[in-house]
Amino acid sequence: MRDSIILCGVGGQGTVLASRLLSTAAVLRNVPVKAAETIGMAQRGGSVTSHVRIGENVSSPLIGHGDADLLMAFEPAEAVRQLAYLKPGGTAVVSTRPIIPVSATTGGPAYDLDAILGYLQDRVERLVVVDANAAASELGTARVLNVVLLGAALNAGALSMGKQDIRDAIRARLPERFHELNLKALDYTDNK
Amino acid sequence: MHKEFLMGNEAIALGALAAGVNVVAGYPGTPSTEVLESATKYGDGRAYVEWSTNEKAAMEVAAGAAYAGARCLVTCKQVGLNVAADPLMSLEYIGVKGGLVVMVADDPGPISSQTEQDTRTFAQFAKVPVFDPSSVREAYEMVQAAFALSEREHTPVILRATTRVDHGYEAIDVADRDEWQSHDVEGFVRDAARWVIFPRLSVANHAKIEQRNARLSQEFSRCAHNFVEGIACGDVRRGIATHGINYAYVREALGGMEGHENTPVLKVGTPFPFPQDLAVEFLAGLDEVLCVEELDPVLERALLQACGRHGLKTSVRGKLSGDIPPSGENTVDSVRAAVASFLGVENTRTTEADASAPQLPVRPPVLCAGCPHRASFYAVKKAMQGKKTIFCGDIGCYTLGNAHPLDMVDTCLCMGAGITIAQGVCHVEPDTACFAFVGDSTFFASGITGVVNAYYNQADLTVVVLDNSTTAMTGHQPHPGTGRTMMGQVVEAVSIEAVLRGIGLTTVETINPFDHERAVQTVRRVSSEPGVKAIIFKSPCVMLARPQATSVVDVSRCVGCRRCIRELGCPALSFEDGKARIDETQCSGCTLCEQVCPVGAIGGGERL
Repeated sequence: MRDSIILCGVGGQGTVLASRLLSTAAVLRNVPVKAAETIGMAQRGGSVTSHVRIGENVSSPLIGHGDADLLMAFEPAEAVRQLAYLKPGGTAVVSTRPIIPVSATTGGPAYDLDAILGYLQDRVERLVVVDANAAASELGTARVLNVVLLGAALNAGALSMGKQDIRDAIRARLPERFHELNLKALDYTDNK
Repeated sequence: MHKEFLMGNEAIALGALAAGVNVVAGYPGTPSTEVLESATKYGDGRAYVEWSTNEKAAMEVAAGAAYAGARCLVTCKQVGLNVAADPLMSLEYIGVKGGLVVMVADDPGPISSQTEQDTRTFAQFAKVPVFDPSSVREAYEMVQAAFALSEREHTPVILRATTRVDHGYEAIDVADRDEWQSHDVEGFVRDAARWVIFPRLSVANHAKIEQRNARLSQEFSRCAHNFVEGIACGDVRRGIATHGINYAYVREALGGMEGHENTPVLKVGTPFPFPQDLAVEFLAGLDEVLCVEELDPVLERALLQACGRHGLKTSVRGKLSGDIPPSGENTVDSVRAAVASFLGVENTRTTEADASAPQLPVRPPVLCAGCPHRASFYAVKKAMQGKKTIFCGDIGCYTLGNAHPLDMVDTCLCMGAGITIAQGVCHVEPDTACFAFVGDSTFFASGITGVVNAYYNQADLTVVVLDNSTTAMTGHQPHPGTGRTMMGQVVEAVSIEAVLRGIGLTTVETINPFDHERAVQTVRRVSSEPGVKAIIFKSPCVMLARPQATSVVDVSRCVGCRRCIRELGCPALSFEDGKARIDETQCSGCTLCEQVCPVGAIGGGERL
């Protein structure tokens, strides 16, 4: 295993759990892993980013611009904000459901979803989009978007780990009553 | 030994437990909070743990226990150390018997703080030895080294880590529970010549401290946390001095620069007392040194001093020379750029923003949907509309009341300052209605002295206590008003209303802020009374009280006036197709928007 992953979204969206599952997958296979999280004020609706670095000879838990193999974005505007981390030829998995901040409805910069999605399509060669609303209605909850995105990344071949690694991480990390739902979420994008 | 994937702060707690810590005391503050929480979680009753009312109390509790021979850990953030500065400065002169380690979290950026102060500089000022970890693993090792040093030298020792170590994660080897040291407490031994600070004792101990620190400087040159690696080559011999997480950034940068992987690096893990001998050896073989550091130019100054003292011609660069930014957080990219420029290597990575990118919305942190603070601020705003007012804020989630459209925080300085700042304004601007907003935890931490000061000195102001029954911003820690302790006891809570009445205030009203019209009337009535008076807005943090229902917009009745959006700035409210829309995943049904809507188009919520 050797992966550098940026996860980004808005505080409260569950990026931390996704990053924890990736790290756990590495720990279970005895592969070194370092990570860094946004914790604090930004968790109140601000932009949050997690860095996960898996593999030997990694010094910094934080990833440099142009070094991420995978950008996993829980929100389209956040994907654009963190796009500089993605390496040329890297994969971006993006949820297309926007979270419109208060500032965009009270006089701050507007949220132009079409421009944001268009920019991602132009700039990212390997772009995988996930319809979070459809996933939430099919799976019955919006809470497992993080695992849906992980499944999409694995299906796109964006990671050197396999689906079984994440399945094991789900079983190791989450309470048993959540296993079935999360394993289902992991396979959600299989036939999309 | 076994491997665990740990947050830096968890590793620090586990390191302290492995070192046999008996007492842990602190006050929450990002990025330090998880240390004490983890000591509780992993310690399982092995150590006495408390969230103190503030950092000064925590430091003194730890000092007392350490006088009696206990091993103690104090946890706080950098600005918390300012609150604890009074006891710490004197404690260094008195010393300790049991090991006392002060874990201070610094916040370059700052990401969640008021200042970019550097605890390495503070340690130097306080004459206290300080460790500065560069990774989660090193933090785990250093806290144990800090306990050993503290107990051997009878001095408090600081472990300061920055956000990226505190909130970094790594799979590291940690001791099994049965390998943890256990430390028996001898008990306090009466000795007035040792424990009572007097000028004569201070001057004698001052001399001993200076001697000890000179000795430690020599010892630290051989300490495993300070080292030089790499070999200089080329016509101009260049090296890099660094510390903390910047060491990781430097290693990343050099790893990607062919032919420069072996550039000499001095990594300093004990910035004070500074490992002078090691630094001189490093400098002596080099023509130019770049100091890659965050916050203050501590290493740069120490190296410049070493050059002066030893007559070395090495050119020392860093923040003072403009090669490293003087403020803000360093990043992998900024360090890569600085190192490339220093070594004369082309930096192919661009960190400039793409000018063709679409405009992005800004996301400053906001009060949550359903946050009672929004209702409190809105009630005061409505009640005081058109009057000359000042709204002094304080530290906590409710600082976010400054954002548009509430615009209800005119000042914010430091913990508890809102009350006394309002007092200062009232004495020189008597025609202004002065309000001080203070959270429940902040009230206990340092609000009470302010109220006493204002009341006794005949101020005219309204204290507004925003009581959400928790310390919300840092992740819901208990405080004296909650009736729970970190030892799991359920105890008699300290009543804020009783405290205020005990001080002498005669007007103290407690009200639910979500009862909007009544809240507005209460603010009008209370604030018009003379002297110091108080309103306690009591409603639990929305993250603790589960939502019962959500509010829904009846689109056939909504007239699209946007009043709910314009007035409240609630993140659950947006505007779509000419109508207000409520995001049901965020809405908690607090009913505030229902009460604001002029045509009664919103319903379905349930006031708690």
